[in-house]
Amino acid sequence: MSQEVQLSVKDLLKSYDGTAEVLNGITLDVHKGEVVVVLGPSGCGKSTLLRCMNGLESYQSGSVTLDGEPVTKDGKNMTAIRQKIGMVFQSYELFPHLTIEENITLAPIRVQKRNKAEAQKEAQELLERVGLLEKKDVYPRQLSGGQKQRVAIVRALAMHPEVMLFDEVTAALDPEMVREVLDVMLNLAEQGMTMVIVTHEMNFARAAADRIIFIDQGKIVEEAPPEVFFTNPSTERAAKFLETFTYESKKKRG
Amino acid sequence: MADTGFSILFKGINFLRLLQGLWVTLQISLVSVGLSFVFGTLFGFLMTVKNRAVQGFCWLYLNFIRIMPQLVLLFLVFFGVTRQWHVNLSSWSSAVIVFTLWGTAEMGDLVRGALTSIPVHQYESAAALGMDRKLTFRYVILPQTIRRLVAPSINLITRMIKTTSLVEIIGMVEVLKTGQQIIDANRMQYPTGALWVYGAVFILYFLLCWPISVLAGKLEQRWKQV
Ligand SMILES: Nc1ncnc2c1ncn2[C@@H]1O[C@H](COP(=O)(O)OP(=O)(O)OP(=O)(O)O)[C@@H](O)[C@H]1O
Ligand SMILES: [Mg+2]
Repeated sequence: MSQEVQLSVKDLLKSYDGTAEVLNGITLDVHKGEVVVVLGPSGCGKSTLLRCMNGLESYQSGSVTLDGEPVTKDGKNMTAIRQKIGMVFQSYELFPHLTIEENITLAPIRVQKRNKAEAQKEAQELLERVGLLEKKDVYPRQLSGGQKQRVAIVRALAMHPEVMLFDEVTAALDPEMVREVLDVMLNLAEQGMTMVIVTHEMNFARAAADRIIFIDQGKIVEEAPPEVFFTNPSTERAAKFLETFTYESKKKRG
Repeated sequence: MADTGFSILFKGINFLRLLQGLWVTLQISLVSVGLSFVFGTLFGFLMTVKNRAVQGFCWLYLNFIRIMPQLVLLFLVFFGVTRQWHVNLSSWSSAVIVFTLWGTAEMGDLVRGALTSIPVHQYESAAALGMDRKLTFRYVILPQTIRRLVAPSINLITRMIKTTSLVEIIGMVEVLKTGQQIIDANRMQYPTGALWVYGAVFILYFLLCWPISVLAGKLEQRWKQV
C-alpha cells in the first residue's frame, strides 16, 4: 500500500428525502492498494456510501474524488470515471441475454473500443483465474449464485479499474458458495487491488482488510486496523455490533 | 355429387372469391399491424416519459381506445368523420385507421410494460461499467425488451387479424363476408354448404396466423435464456 490517495471522500452529506441524513459527514481516504472494509448495522448507509463513490447516487454536499477528479452523478466525464471504478452488487446483475463471455467483453468492446479478439482472450484468461473458463458460452441463468458473482467480479475487472467496490456480494448466496467468491476477492487484495468492501463476513473482513471503517447512523464511528477493531474496539457501539456476531458461538460453548 | 356440400367451394369462381376476400383481410391486417408497430413503439416510449401531462394524455388515449368497441370506432371513423368534416374516407382507409389506432394503443402498452419490467439494476450495472445511456439502451435494455415483446405482440397480431372480420359493417367484403355471400347465393343448391364454407374460412384464418405463431415459438426457443 502506498501513501498515494486514490479515492477520497470529504464531508459527504446525503439524504434521500431532504430531511433525514443517510450519510452525515463522511470523510475517508482510500490509498492506492489499500483494502478498506466498511462495517455497520443494516440501514446505516453503507450501500449509499458505495453508490456515491461511483456516482450512481447524487449527494447534497461534500465531495468524492478519484485521482483528484470529482465523482458526481450527472457530472461530465462520468463514463470515463466509472471505467476506473469497478462495482459488484449484492443482487446478481449479469445481463441475462448475453453469454458469460459476452457479458465480460461488452463494455471493453463498446466503451473502450478494444479489439474483439483481444477482449475475448482477456475474458478467457480472467475466467480461467476464477475457475469458470468452461462456462464462457453459457447464459447467466445456467450458473449458480456463487458462479454469477465470480463472473460479475471478472466483468468489472475486464475494464481494468483502479478501484473495486463490493457491496455485500455474498449476502444473497448459499453458505457453501460464499467461500469461492471471497477467495477471488482475497486474491485480488493480494495482488494489490484498491478495494472498498461492504460485508457481513467478519472472518473475511479480518483477513482481507488493511483498515476497518465502522459506520453507524451515517457517521464513521470507529476506524482501526482489523486486529484492533476485532479484539479491542474502542467504542461502545462497535463492541455491541461485534457482539451480535459472537452471540451464537458463546451459547454453544455454554 | 353436385349436392355434397364440399363442392360448393369449387363451384364457379367461389374459391377464387374466398381468396380475394382473404387478400382484403390480409391487406388490412398487414398495413395496420405494420403501422401499429411503428406508432405503438413510439407511443410506448411516450408512456414512460415522466411528465404528468404526457402521462395523462397517454392514459386517456389508451383507455378511450380500450373502452370503445372496435365496431363503434369503425362507425365513428367511417360515418362520423366523413359527415362531420366532409372528408371522403374509403372504407379501406377507415378500417386501416381504426385498426392502427387500436393496435397503436395496445402495442404501446406492451412496449411500456416490457420497458418498465427491466430491473433498475440492469441500468445500474451498465452504468457502473462506464456505459452511457445510448450504449446501455442499445446493448442492454433493447435486446431484453424485444425478447419480452415477442409473445404478447404475436398475440396482438393474431387478435388484430381476427378482428378485421368486423370491417364488413362498413361495406368491405373480406374473407368471412365472402363466405357468407357464397353460402347465401347457394342456399338452395347446397343446403349443407355453410359447414364447408365456414370450414374453409377457418382453415384460411389458420393458415394466416399459424406461420406467425411458429415464428414466435422459434424466437422464444432461441431466446429462452431470458
Ligand atoms: N433509494 C432510496 N430512497 C430512499 N431511501 C433510501 C434509498 N436507499 C436507501 N435508503 C435509506 O437510506 C438508509 C441507508 O440505506 P443503505 O442501503 O445505504 O444502508 P446499508 O447500510 O447498505 O444497509 P444494509 O446493510 O441493510 O444493506 C436506510 O434507512 C434506507 O432505508
Ligand atoms: Mg446495503
